[in-house]
Amino acid sequence: MKYEAVIGLEVHAQLLTDSKIFCGCSTQFGGEPNAQTCPVCLGMPGVLPVLNERAVEFAVKMGLATHCKIASFSRFARKNYFYPDLPKGYQISQYESPLCHDGYVDIELEDGTRKRVGIIRIHLEEDAGKSIHDPALAGEDTLVDLNRCGVPLIEIVSAPDLRSPQEAHAYLVRLKQLVTYLGICDGNMEEGSLRCDANVSVRPVGSRGLGVKTEVKNMNSFRNVERALTFEINRQIQLLESGGEVVQETLLWDAGAGVARPMRSKEEAHDYRYFPEPDLVPMVVESAWIEKIRQSLPELPLARKERLMRQYQLPAYDAGILTMTRELADYYEAVAQKCRDYKLASNWVMGEVLRVLNERKIDINQFPISAHRLSGLLNLILDETISSKIAKTVFEEMLTSGEDAAAIVQRKGLAQVTDRAAIEAIVVKVLQENPKQVEQYRSGKEKVFGYFVGQVMRATRGKANPGLVNEILKEKLRE
Amino acid sequence: MAITIEQVEHIARLAKLEFTEEEKQRISRELSRILEYVEKLNELDTSRVEPLSHTTEMTNVMRPDTVTGSLPLAAVLNNAPSRQGNFFKVPKVVK
Repeated sequence: MKYEAVIGLEVHAQLLTDSKIFCGCSTQFGGEPNAQTCPVCLGMPGVLPVLNERAVEFAVKMGLATHCKIASFSRFARKNYFYPDLPKGYQISQYESPLCHDGYVDIELEDGTRKRVGIIRIHLEEDAGKSIHDPALAGEDTLVDLNRCGVPLIEIVSAPDLRSPQEAHAYLVRLKQLVTYLGICDGNMEEGSLRCDANVSVRPVGSRGLGVKTEVKNMNSFRNVERALTFEINRQIQLLESGGEVVQETLLWDAGAGVARPMRSKEEAHDYRYFPEPDLVPMVVESAWIEKIRQSLPELPLARKERLMRQYQLPAYDAGILTMTRELADYYEAVAQKCRDYKLASNWVMGEVLRVLNERKIDINQFPISAHRLSGLLNLILDETISSKIAKTVFEEMLTSGEDAAAIVQRKGLAQVTDRAAIEAIVVKVLQENPKQVEQYRSGKEKVFGYFVGQVMRATRGKANPGLVNEILKEKLRE
Repeated sequence: MAITIEQVEHIARLAKLEFTEEEKQRISRELSRILEYVEKLNELDTSRVEPLSHTTEMTNVMRPDTVTGSLPLAAVLNNAPSRQGNFFKVPKVVK
């Protein structure tokens, strides 16, 4: 029997507010343990949480970007459970009235087709603290740092619309792209500012019902989400094929071992006894506020990709890569604005620029060559001052020297030789020095032509205009 | 409405509490009596009444996103029964 997977993702995104969701403690990462805590986030008795307005604004932004309805009335609820990193004994979350609901995102699959993935809800909640179990640090105990406790999160719950680990991956990439475009989350999965849990089940292809699902947690990178889902889907299929049954349970992905293991089986661990949070009054998001937030939305990734294809006549592939981040798209557009060959600009940004970013593991914001300077370099190629090959040398120099391309070309004497007489003289010399090869060429072995080009380039240290070299060589060889 | 011993045990586990058999019997009786008492409310037809979550009519009490500072570390850790450096120390929670 052939099976298909049914996957829904729950994604938590840490919001980039300055202060926590219900108190004025800093959300800054990496502070001295427990130094960013106060009676509210420590769960002291008698304190009152007060909602951070910007956290609401950010959640609404994400709701609008994912075509959600924004609830005009929404409130918080207490989710009750005991864990040392949750000092109040409950997490303030939202239950039956989430802030945003019933939206969708469009994802792009490897074959270029698009798929619409439903968003069931997006709600606001607070993060818990951090527990350290590593025996090297904690010995026989567990250490708790509550700095993260109360950092605002949105939880984005997808419909069970995803059918493969690849689709889940594409969906996550799109979410990361959206939150970073919106500037509401840094999208870093490895550092935990974007976290993903998955609900997974399998069913025979063609069946409409749903199989028993498991929940997979602890997948802390995009690659691990794909690996863990592949593992779990195969496990469930093998189980069913050998006559077994899938048990509803929570599994923890162990990236090192490449397996997902059951976490807890006691069903009452899921009995959260939600009830309305009495300490926080309801949120009423007026349409005027929603409109104001809508006005502040940037151009979103898909729209920008389509505009780049139209405005700069770029292939879909180029436009997709250039719009991966807002900053890269900004950079490309700044280059393209000053360079008439948009495709050349695209090739250089996707090629040389991205190569350097990957090698140095830096963001485009930290890239040493400004868009203005890069367009200067490209224009030297376009007006034939330098060849593409020499341009790469100049580019390398620009990475360290901080000079304009033109200044480097002048200082190092790299300008292309376009003087016909000068090139002719060199061609004649090369042909005289290589009578054997000339004979070979004339007897039909045309491959030697490349050898002559190489010799001329060598004699001019790569500076001869390649078009002219070809032309003159052909001319002289015909004589 | 009677609260069974099983329900008492379930709630106790959620609350991380342990009771003797005698205590469970007593709690079962007492909780049942409390529920019977509030059961009287079911005499009213509330099918057309929105559930009430807050008794005030207030909405949208919010604060600007401004860092207003935290407690001094010494005060944060003052009540901790156990600590290591500036961490709270608790019994190991995972195997």
